[in-house]
Amino acid sequence: MELIVNGDKIEVPGSVSTVTNLLEHFDIDKKVVIVEVNGDILEKDNHQERKISDGDKIELVHFVGGG
Amino acid sequence: MLKIGSHEFKSRLLLGTGKYPDFDIQKKAVDVSETEILTFSVRRMNIFESSQPNFLEKLDTEKYTLLPNTAGAKTAEEAVRTAKLAKASGLCDMIKVEVIGCQKTLLPDPVETLKASEELLKEGFIVLPYTSDDVLLARRLEEMGCHAVMPGASPIGSGQGIINPLNLSFIIEQTSVPVIVDAGIGSPSDAAIAMEMGADGVLLNTAVSGAEDPVKMAEAMKLAIEAGRLGFEAGRIPKKRYATASSPMEGMSIG
Repeated sequence: MELIVNGDKIEVPGSVSTVTNLLEHFDIDKKVVIVEVNGDILEKDNHQERKISDGDKIELVHFVGGG
Repeated sequence: MLKIGSHEFKSRLLLGTGKYPDFDIQKKAVDVSETEILTFSVRRMNIFESSQPNFLEKLDTEKYTLLPNTAGAKTAEEAVRTAKLAKASGLCDMIKVEVIGCQKTLLPDPVETLKASEELLKEGFIVLPYTSDDVLLARRLEEMGCHAVMPGASPIGSGQGIINPLNLSFIIEQTSVPVIVDAGIGSPSDAAIAMEMGADGVLLNTAVSGAEDPVKMAEAMKLAIEAGRLGFEAGRIPKKRYATASSPMEGMSIG
């Protein structure tokens, strides 16, 4: 399955079917990460149920140092 | 106490988290500053280097109130999206609205700042806009419902201090929400002056992170802000053109 993650085309295994799976795939499921799928910003509680499919545009953002 | 929306803080120093030499120094600087509010930015995660440490992981997030900013936004729409992303973390309900209108000066775009603030207030955020030092703009933001206004003292990261104390004093006099002097502070005396003028708080970053010894500077800023606040509450003497003796003129044993 091909996704667009943070602007880059990325191939992920077909077993990745939810946002939680995707975060586990990238090994960032324990981190503070905010997810947007096709323009929808997700609450953390919705990561488990949100399905992802081929061609989805996904943004994975976090907090970095700033003033 | 500094009251912003539903939050109350003992410290009047809001500290930025950008550009420190390393996380250890940053952690020590944050500790000695005794700040309770830390600003952050929202950026894309590098998923291919996800093991890279993040400063937030080093903090007890229960101990601090996070104040994410919308830095990087050039329009109200971009700022609103960034704010919503930040809130979706579940870690914060405050937002520093920062919509930059000029990349050279990093001065805020007042029209987009107003629009973004209005939208975010509707969405239920506690809104702290970074603004230019314009009293009418500050009043508009207050009337709209913003929970604080944050006029810049001088351009971001410039360290020029308060270049227009008159404008800043108008804002302090004419608004009733907290006024937090944000951007341009270079030295502890700049921070103390802002507080002596009656500002409710100071937000700074580069003045500490870029100092030769950030930990020592963090302490200096803490003390300066406390001293400035105490001085404001104590009420300074008026300035006079000529001298007034501090020692009694009577009972002198000379002549």
